[in-house]
Amino acid sequence: MGAQLRIYRRRMRSVKATKKITRAMELISASRIVKAQQRVVASSPYSIELTKAASAVAQYSNTDHPLTMTVANPKRAAVLVITADRGMAGAYSNAAIKEGDLLIASLQARGLAVDAYLVGRKAVNFYRFRNRVITASWTGFSDNPTLENAREVSADLVTSFLTPTEGAVGVDELHIIYTQFKSMITQTPVAAQLLPLSSPQAAEPRGVLAMYEFESSAETVLNALLPRYVEARVFNAMLQSAASEHAARRRAMKSATDNADDLIKSLTRLANAARQAEITQEISEIVGGADALASASAGSE
Amino acid sequence: MANSKLTVEVVSPERRIWSGEATLVSARTLDGDLGILADHISLLGVLVPGVVSIKSADGTDVEFDMAGGFLSVNKNQVAILGQEAVK
Repeated sequence: MGAQLRIYRRRMRSVKATKKITRAMELISASRIVKAQQRVVASSPYSIELTKAASAVAQYSNTDHPLTMTVANPKRAAVLVITADRGMAGAYSNAAIKEGDLLIASLQARGLAVDAYLVGRKAVNFYRFRNRVITASWTGFSDNPTLENAREVSADLVTSFLTPTEGAVGVDELHIIYTQFKSMITQTPVAAQLLPLSSPQAAEPRGVLAMYEFESSAETVLNALLPRYVEARVFNAMLQSAASEHAARRRAMKSATDNADDLIKSLTRLANAARQAEITQEISEIVGGADALASASAGSE
Repeated sequence: MANSKLTVEVVSPERRIWSGEATLVSARTLDGDLGILADHISLLGVLVPGVVSIKSADGTDVEFDMAGGFLSVNKNQVAILGQEAVK
């Protein structure tokens, strides 16, 4: 076998092996999207109802509670960025990190110091590589987050939110960056403000809210509501991000598989041409050799 | 509004546990047991661990063991947000 042909065959083998891997990843992601999506749908009522309740309290109580109170002079803000643990998902993680950078820039323009809270190995590596300060990070559950994971993350956020801002501890605002799962083909990174609630973008109004009675007091309700509210929002954000991650990975792996197919096709053509060239060359060598023999023996007679 | 009913949703962070129409919802809040009938005033309460029982519109009784949560009532919409108790 000629050298050229051997090289083509070797490249084809390697592309075929890669294609098997990307195809498998595509199928795995495709099957996981459905499950992730169902979890988003299942967790949505809780998140929506809790947000409704929280915004009702925010609107109908005049208790001075950190949940609803906007600090006149915010000094620090926490930003939670949710990304993937693994790559192979196209621009998924980078898009979220970019969105985070935009938010951080706008917060800094307002004169706030920003604490970075990161979920997912991709964000941690990005920050570490650039020597940025990471306040806290969690990894290892980006593709299948549980309520316990959300609790762990939100507990930290709530603690630092409730700590009075002084020097390098405590925050006045809580922001979150996650990837909204709009459909199988559209996922957009979004920034949302979790706390304090009174900011208009924190809770979208859902119709006119009624006057509320509190059992037992607005204060107790708020105290109990605050951690649960953050938890629910963080959990929902994590689930949506997980679904988005799978969708992004499926798409990236699908185009990788398609590209591998194209590559195999063109390599097959090149290999065929090389093989044909080899055969042609061999024939002309044989014909030439036979000719030479014939003319040599003709001359001796 | 003699015929008005409550639209009840019982949801946990992970799933919707129950939803439907009901005539009576009773639950235990920090202040004690509370029964909610149609046209109750808007209310937001903190549930203590215990049983939430719902008399649904078709006459059957359903009960849920909750490990705390919230109860929100607004214009005959009742939402019980909580964690299911581990059985």
